[in-house]
Amino acid sequence: MIEYKMPSLGADMESGFLREWRVQPGDHIHKGDIIAEVETQKGIIEIEVFEEGIIGELLVKINEQVPVGTAMATILSEEEARSGIKAVPTEAQKETIVAPPVTATIVQPETIPHPHHIRASPLAKRIAAEKGIDIATIHGTGPDGAVTRDDVEHAIAAQVAPMAEAPKVAPAEKPVMPEIKAEAKPKIEIPEIPKPTATPTTAAESIRMAVAAAMSKSNREVPHYYLETKIDMSKALAWLSETNKQRPVKERLLPSVLLIKAVAKALIDVPDLNAWWENGLQRKESINVGYVVALRTGGIMVPAIHDADTKSLDELMQALNDLIPRARALRLRSSELADSTITVTSLGEGGVETVYGVIYPPQVALVGFGGITEQPWTENGMLAVRPILTATLAADHRASDGSTGSRFLTSIKNYLQQPDKL
Amino acid sequence: MTAEEIKQTLVQRLKSIAPDTEPSQLQPDDNIRQSLGIDSFDYLQFIVAIDEQFSIETPEEDYGKIQTLRELTEYVAARVKG
Amino acid sequence: MAGNLVTYRECIKQAIREVLLGDERVFMMGEDVGHYGGAFAVSKNLLQEFGPERIMDTPLSEAGFVGAGIGAALGGMRPIVEIMTVNFSLLALDQIANNAATLLHMSGGQFNVPLVIRMSAGIGRQLAAQHSHSWEPLFAHLPGLRILSAGTHEDARYMLAPALLDPDPVIIFEYTSLLNVEKELPVHAGSIDISKARVRREGKDISIITYGTGVYKALTAAEELAQAGMEAEVVDLRILRPLDDETIMASVAKTNRALLVEDASRSVSVSSEVSARIMEKCFYELDAPVQRLCGAEVPIPYPKHLEDAAVPQPAQIVSMVKSILQHDRV
Repeated sequence: MIEYKMPSLGADMESGFLREWRVQPGDHIHKGDIIAEVETQKGIIEIEVFEEGIIGELLVKINEQVPVGTAMATILSEEEARSGIKAVPTEAQKETIVAPPVTATIVQPETIPHPHHIRASPLAKRIAAEKGIDIATIHGTGPDGAVTRDDVEHAIAAQVAPMAEAPKVAPAEKPVMPEIKAEAKPKIEIPEIPKPTATPTTAAESIRMAVAAAMSKSNREVPHYYLETKIDMSKALAWLSETNKQRPVKERLLPSVLLIKAVAKALIDVPDLNAWWENGLQRKESINVGYVVALRTGGIMVPAIHDADTKSLDELMQALNDLIPRARALRLRSSELADSTITVTSLGEGGVETVYGVIYPPQVALVGFGGITEQPWTENGMLAVRPILTATLAADHRASDGSTGSRFLTSIKNYLQQPDKL
Repeated sequence: MTAEEIKQTLVQRLKSIAPDTEPSQLQPDDNIRQSLGIDSFDYLQFIVAIDEQFSIETPEEDYGKIQTLRELTEYVAARVKG
Repeated sequence: MAGNLVTYRECIKQAIREVLLGDERVFMMGEDVGHYGGAFAVSKNLLQEFGPERIMDTPLSEAGFVGAGIGAALGGMRPIVEIMTVNFSLLALDQIANNAATLLHMSGGQFNVPLVIRMSAGIGRQLAAQHSHSWEPLFAHLPGLRILSAGTHEDARYMLAPALLDPDPVIIFEYTSLLNVEKELPVHAGSIDISKARVRREGKDISIITYGTGVYKALTAAEELAQAGMEAEVVDLRILRPLDDETIMASVAKTNRALLVEDASRSVSVSSEVSARIMEKCFYELDAPVQRLCGAEVPIPYPKHLEDAAVPQPAQIVSMVKSILQHDRV
């Protein structure tokens, strides 16, 4: 039996509200299936599974607030399901079946990462450890954001209390998750949630808070270094223009696609930047490019384009066509929020030339592209006017050094000189 | 199709591409993308939509000519008639 | 009720009378304790009641009469030596630290020193830097002594008798600022212990750990805090050496927060020691950093308003507790 746990959809996420189960006990599930919808600061997220099997029990009720790492459902193998489902359990039996997994997850010490460098009182840490709660998931309200006993107790209460008692256990002044009013509401009715005062209530404010938390963490913990290079885009743009001419408007490509592909291919050459920093450098197998989508109401969403290195330019364009509108509607999937291994931000359309980005932890690099502007350019001793793009790299100096970053930018530059091979 | 009808259709299309903006507030000579904060991706979707709506074909090199509501209305009007 | 009120001064006097009446080996000596009736009138009329053999005026020589007290104790008497104010005690520090505190050890256990030294300490009566000192930490540093602090009327009245029963030297700090303060004295059956700290008020939100003049200030602050919905527990250390860890840790384990209050200046104070012990023994009970509210690091000024500003006042205790409990923020 596998316990399906609430995934973390970013370093800044502490918990989410379960809004809908898309599966029932007994349903067969496959890798990539969406089993639930969870509301977070980043909107309604479709949560995917990565296991094969049969849904055993649903351990979390609709509209319950679920801290990251909490068991949400059990997934059974074929054999387990056969032996278990034969006799439909009575109510009493059900109780005994349901109860253990919940307690089990609460007291499994090995599932709790040791709370290093978490700002919390000794007492709060001790209680959290005793109750099996990952203190990193608890929002601290003490001095300078320290987690105190109250915070831990509220988190415990939120975890175990039935929904009906939620207002009692989650006092309005200390919400862990603000309510979100997403533009694109799911079909289900969302009952009233105790609305905190002086806390974000609109999606825009909520996203602002999420961005604020992630960026503060980054600025606090990540020693950034910055590199910059200018790239002659004449070949790339000429190729793009030629290609688009032969295509109906619907199939046209945007320059961003070339940039994303060049970044993805450069990461094959320089894998140290396709990584997470979590207790050391962890290189990632897949190259999932997080692409920054600015929301007109403020804030950003950064959906991942999975396996960008293996996708053709057309596939990348399709991916953007799919992701950008969903990002704007705050309807992304869990894997799209959590899987990015690098971030690409393209701010050229706003007219800026150079972007100095802030890394989204635990990623170790962010590539910024400015606008493409015509500039004097020398080549082989000749002066010419060329469309020039400034590419910057913000990288985590714990994970890599300037020479690595330099190789990476040079690699991007080289790929963009051969657009037909991208 | 009158210029006003074309303009109304364009405004509707813009609204559906960027629901959180107010295209009806656009002045004829406002730069559409700058005024509404529409990026190249949205703009491409918009061009796709008007091409379908008016059964026209807008080549990439014409994008520079259709930056305001007035330009765009005239551009579409010329092509729909033609 | 007024009939039951008694001054701190009267408590000390009755304590002295009790031991003089109870044990004929007991006598008291010090500067002006006899004919003058004590610099603070604590021993007024005791000479008349007990005679010059038991209430002895001494020359103005602290080293001399404290040394005499040690000798008397070694010789089987039970002397009470009064040092008028704590600032003069340094003149006798050689006798206290090098003789009284160490003779048992240096004699290989042959000679114990059953001496009690009483001294007036603390500030609050505009006696300026000459006579205003909170040197409890200085004496609490010395092994071989038991250091008592009578922060309440009860202790002023009942600490002396058990102190005299102690086979080793005991110093009792009394507080001049409390002398005229009237309180109802709790009815007491028999002697009280001089080994345990005492919880003077129960509370669940924070432990205010203090001694001496801090006790009544903390109780006043706790009263005000209670009206704002915060329940402070007030722990009176009473015995500054050896410290009663058990009571301190039990209180901190209950409230999970501690504010240490004393008149003595902050650096190398009793609070420093208590704080360190809480860290050592109670770290995993703490929900907030231990905080201290101590005297300013200055010689005590003469003007009333500056004198008040030099030591913790109830209002400061209240505001510090509020900030630790983040009460202002909610």
